[in-house]
Amino acid sequence: MKKWNLVIDVAECHNCNNCFLSVKDEYVGNDIPGYCAPQPPHGHKWINILARERGRAPMVDAAYVPTTCNHCDAAPCIEAGRGAVKKRKDGIVLIDPEAAKGRRDLLAACPYGAIWWNEERSLPQAWPFDAHLLDRGWSTPRPAQSCPTGAFQALKISDAEMAQKASVEGLQTLRPELGTKPRVYYRNLHRYTKLFAGGTVLAAAGGIIDCLAGARVALVRDGLVIAAVDTDAFGDFKFDRLEPESGVYEIRVTHGDHRLVPVSFEMHRESVVLQDIVLDLR
Amino acid sequence: MRFSLILWCLPWAFRLYAWRSTKIRALMAARDFTAQVIVKDGSRGRWFRFAAGRLISGAGGCADAEVTLRFKTAALGARILIHLTSGMFQFAWPVLKRFLDPMEVISAAKNFAFEVLGPDELTVQFTDILNAMLTHGWRQGAPAGNGETRYVNQTNGGPVFVYVKDGRIVRITPMEFAADDPDPWVIEARGRKFSPPRRATLSPHGLASKSLVYSPKRLLHPMRRVDWDPKGARNPQNRGKSGYVRISWDEALDIAAGEIKRIRREHGHGAILNSHGSHHTWGNIGYYLSAQARFMNAIGHTRMVLNPDSWEGWYWGAMHHYGNSMRMGGAEPYGQLEDALQHAELIVFWSSDPESTCGSYAAFEGTIRRQWARQLGIKMVHIDPYLNPTANWLGGKWIAPVPGTSPALALAIAYVWISEGLYDREYIDKRTTGFDKYRAYVLGNSDGTPKSPEWQASETGVAAPIVRALAREWGSKRTYLSCGGKGVAFGGANRSATGAQWARAMVCLMTMQGLGKPGINFGNLGTGAPVDLEFYFPGYAEGGISGDIEGTADAVQNYQRLAHLISMNTITQRVPRLRIPEAILHGATEGYPTDSRSLEGQFQKFNYPSPGHSPVRMMYKYGGSHFGTTMESGRLADALRSENLEFVLNQSIWNEGEARFADLILPACTNFERADISEWAASGGYVHHNHNQMNHRVITLQHKCIEPLGESKSDYQIFLELAKRLGLSSYFGEGKTELLWCREIYLSSDLAKAISWKKFLRKGYYVVPPETKAANRSKTSWRWFAEGRKKDLPEPAPLPAEYGGDYLQGLQTQSGLFEFESSSLKRYGEDPQRPPLNTYIPAWEGRRTVALYARYPLQLISPHPRFSFHTQSDGKEGAINDIADHRVLRDGHYYWIARLNPADARARGIAHHDLIKLYNERGAVICAAALTERLLPGVVHAYSSSAEYEPAGEADGTPDIGGCINILTPKRHMTEKTSASAPNSCLIEVQKWQRGATGP
Repeated sequence: MKKWNLVIDVAECHNCNNCFLSVKDEYVGNDIPGYCAPQPPHGHKWINILARERGRAPMVDAAYVPTTCNHCDAAPCIEAGRGAVKKRKDGIVLIDPEAAKGRRDLLAACPYGAIWWNEERSLPQAWPFDAHLLDRGWSTPRPAQSCPTGAFQALKISDAEMAQKASVEGLQTLRPELGTKPRVYYRNLHRYTKLFAGGTVLAAAGGIIDCLAGARVALVRDGLVIAAVDTDAFGDFKFDRLEPESGVYEIRVTHGDHRLVPVSFEMHRESVVLQDIVLDLR
Repeated sequence: MRFSLILWCLPWAFRLYAWRSTKIRALMAARDFTAQVIVKDGSRGRWFRFAAGRLISGAGGCADAEVTLRFKTAALGARILIHLTSGMFQFAWPVLKRFLDPMEVISAAKNFAFEVLGPDELTVQFTDILNAMLTHGWRQGAPAGNGETRYVNQTNGGPVFVYVKDGRIVRITPMEFAADDPDPWVIEARGRKFSPPRRATLSPHGLASKSLVYSPKRLLHPMRRVDWDPKGARNPQNRGKSGYVRISWDEALDIAAGEIKRIRREHGHGAILNSHGSHHTWGNIGYYLSAQARFMNAIGHTRMVLNPDSWEGWYWGAMHHYGNSMRMGGAEPYGQLEDALQHAELIVFWSSDPESTCGSYAAFEGTIRRQWARQLGIKMVHIDPYLNPTANWLGGKWIAPVPGTSPALALAIAYVWISEGLYDREYIDKRTTGFDKYRAYVLGNSDGTPKSPEWQASETGVAAPIVRALAREWGSKRTYLSCGGKGVAFGGANRSATGAQWARAMVCLMTMQGLGKPGINFGNLGTGAPVDLEFYFPGYAEGGISGDIEGTADAVQNYQRLAHLISMNTITQRVPRLRIPEAILHGATEGYPTDSRSLEGQFQKFNYPSPGHSPVRMMYKYGGSHFGTTMESGRLADALRSENLEFVLNQSIWNEGEARFADLILPACTNFERADISEWAASGGYVHHNHNQMNHRVITLQHKCIEPLGESKSDYQIFLELAKRLGLSSYFGEGKTELLWCREIYLSSDLAKAISWKKFLRKGYYVVPPETKAANRSKTSWRWFAEGRKKDLPEPAPLPAEYGGDYLQGLQTQSGLFEFESSSLKRYGEDPQRPPLNTYIPAWEGRRTVALYARYPLQLISPHPRFSFHTQSDGKEGAINDIADHRVLRDGHYYWIARLNPADARARGIAHHDLIKLYNERGAVICAAALTERLLPGVVHAYSSSAEYEPAGEADGTPDIGGCINILTPKRHMTEKTSASAPNSCLIEVQKWQRGATGP
């Protein structure tokens, strides 16, 4: 049995908002009996793009994570809905626009905050995966259709194939510890959830300071080298996927015969951009 | 005989169509009148009397006919009647077209051998009936299931499918191609094959279209300002304050036409100013350069001169070194995609954010190509005060100079190259002049200041080691330079006090590296795709139906292709767009023209008023708001309230910006509510072959998807209604509806050879097959120059007289070489801020203007917006408002976003999404603060071009809450002898704001 899944690549999302806009376009002003009541013109974010910056100028990056109804296989909203929320055979979760009237409690049931309250219609609403279009033969839902980078992909494959894919490609779901079994998977989620440490290596020679390319930079923890990179043409290096509050690290820079006194830092809840490291080449 | 036979058939045709169509029956019953179609000497003809919906007809003329179609000869009459009615005989078109010459109608009209006589109301009525018969049974759109019809349309951000049910738009989507559409091009590079997907991409502002069609801010009825009385008190001081009363179209049109005539009679030549945006809703007929230009030329107007506001530095600066005036100084855009994929090792993006600004109209067509570049391991560097979305997404080194100082950074790069021999000496020797002077200046031999990396650091804030590393990377790798959003011009740093210096510096740097050699060129993979450029379809700047051979690029190809009457504005008086307020308020101003024919056109200063002309007394404003794109926007409000303006007419889709300052509002409809025809991103004019940005050339019939909302009308229809009241309707409309004009344009293009009209009408689009043979693909830009050959690119520019030596040999400069010391600026010699050698002159507003900087210590940069297209699709209570990175909802109002570094925010007690007041002596704007490390301290970023202009209080001078950032930017020109805007040189201060607080 093939079922729908989403695979969203955080590194490829550049926040163009086409997914968000295509969903607004599809549901604002459109009543789709059996699937979904109209979305209010403003206020709802059925695709909600979370944003997070890491680092500080000039070593900084921003990650965008489009979130939406996870169409969970063990959806708390289905349990709480007592018939108002249904799971389709193809994996899609639908909030029944009739049966769910007045059920504001469903918002609290969703641990992801993906259900929105339609005040005018007294209705909980979430993105129904464009199920009405898929049922009419569309090959993909609209957010995937309008995504320019391919960051937002919808796949109709068996659960076994999806599990295999997630395992091989290192895909993650949001808050798996909740046991809700989301059908929305993320690639490169570390850009949002993990931290980096980086810096610039310079070298002084003959009174001139230059960026030092090709210096070996090792990341050391508890005396063990856990990662190593070479600096680029600008002397920059970066270690990503570090855990928040993961303690003290050391940076050791080597280049040719030169070795620098290690620099240490402690990883708290923000990425670390180190002071410029200047090697004296003499 | 043939003539008489056709006339004998006509009444039967009328009756047949009346029987078949209730619409035609209703049209025939709308008025009682008599028409006759006759030969001039009266020898042959037929009359048609429409009475109570019935038709009586007889042979010969009719003395009391109200409408007369008169031909010089019967033979001419026969041919023209067949031509005019040929749409009815689609099946016979392949045969018919061999006998018909569309130009014959035009020639006959010009020589008065074919005349339409009678009151305009009735002549239009008669042609309306004929046209309804012609187009009867033309089927448009495809059934899409569920009771929906899928139509096609086109936006500034890409072509779209429009699904309609029961007369209402259900959804608007990007276009996915059908099985019978052609396969895309393939590029082979580095052992891989690259080919784009079979679809068209779409910008956010295009995807939001439905929300704008159904916006609560749509103008649905003609309206008159309550305290403006054309026969009594006009109360100009209340413009922008007083309310409106709904009036009928008849009343509105009578007032407008009456005022046009009164003002021309009372004040004389030049009293009507036409003001319009530099863009419009998409289409070759409803465009400002098309129907509007045709109408305005027909009534005569003082022309507003658009400064090249996205090309400023290129037009006023760079082109004096290397020509390209026909591209406003932008670089040649051919062949770079294949060349970059095959050869480039590094792309330097300098003030370039293509993922936000999408080239020009090109949506995300370049996105997948930049992904290919990343996959190929091509390195990226981004130079921009803001870590822009492209830089953040693509990755690579981010270098953030102090705004306005990039020319100093460029000089230091040149310094490293010269000092370390990292430039192409042979190229410099063979292809350039003036390098010795440039080198002497760079090294400091001529002025005592070496332009070293250390020297630039105090200007740019960029550490010297980074500049050396950049220069060495660039100097040792085959490098593409992407300047501005399109990679070959547009936006960003070229719109500042140092904008010309920057653009000049960019072309100097690329020349030092051997511009045109493999892998060394301008671009960001956004241009130069191997589409078929020869397949002819007119771009919008070719003027559509305007016939305006002076004000548009009609003369390039359209004039020879499309059967249409020319139009010509007889009034030579001009006003620079950015000096409209001064022209109205002070009665005098001056400007420098946008004249792309030569390098010298821009030196020809003009004054307002022109000798013997009337000052402007009426403004006919058309299209989107100007507040958002006018520096020191408050000036415009003052001007609109001036008693020097007796009449302000605004023809607008939405109630925004200047519409609220009008005396009379004519409600226009969107492009989804009228018929049009166009090609995606095809602009023609200054950006010839602009469609080589696309992965696929997509030519569309823009279906009239729904009826116009409320009482709104298409721009063409509004102009036609006004033309009726001025006796101009036959001239203006040539008896055609918009859909019939679509067919004329179809016939004028290569479409007619590729797809039948019937199929095109139904399907709504045609994808032009790409160039598959390598030999037919356009050559790479500048390769010809690098190799010392004649120019071999498919652009008809420069014009022949611009060559000093043999035609096609060398550049447009006097020497034909790249001129480090510009001979055109040397000859001009009158702009001390634009010396022939590109020297660094700090900005007239920035960190070096010490006293001002002490009071206003933050530099504001305001690039082209990301989610809206200029003012289009912003505001209007549309979907874009809800984008988290576009506006922020606070207390029921959507505030524009201003970004600043957390350190600057902390120092002012500002938290994320606090409301803040941005201010200087020019005004104040309230924004929502977004705290970001993507800017260095001291710099504030807020996009330009808000559609809203909303002073929060009643009294003038109170802060704007619409997000009209240009209230803060200087009206000062880039340099004294230009009309160039420079909004990115702007100092401000910021403080936390609470509603109810008073101004600075």
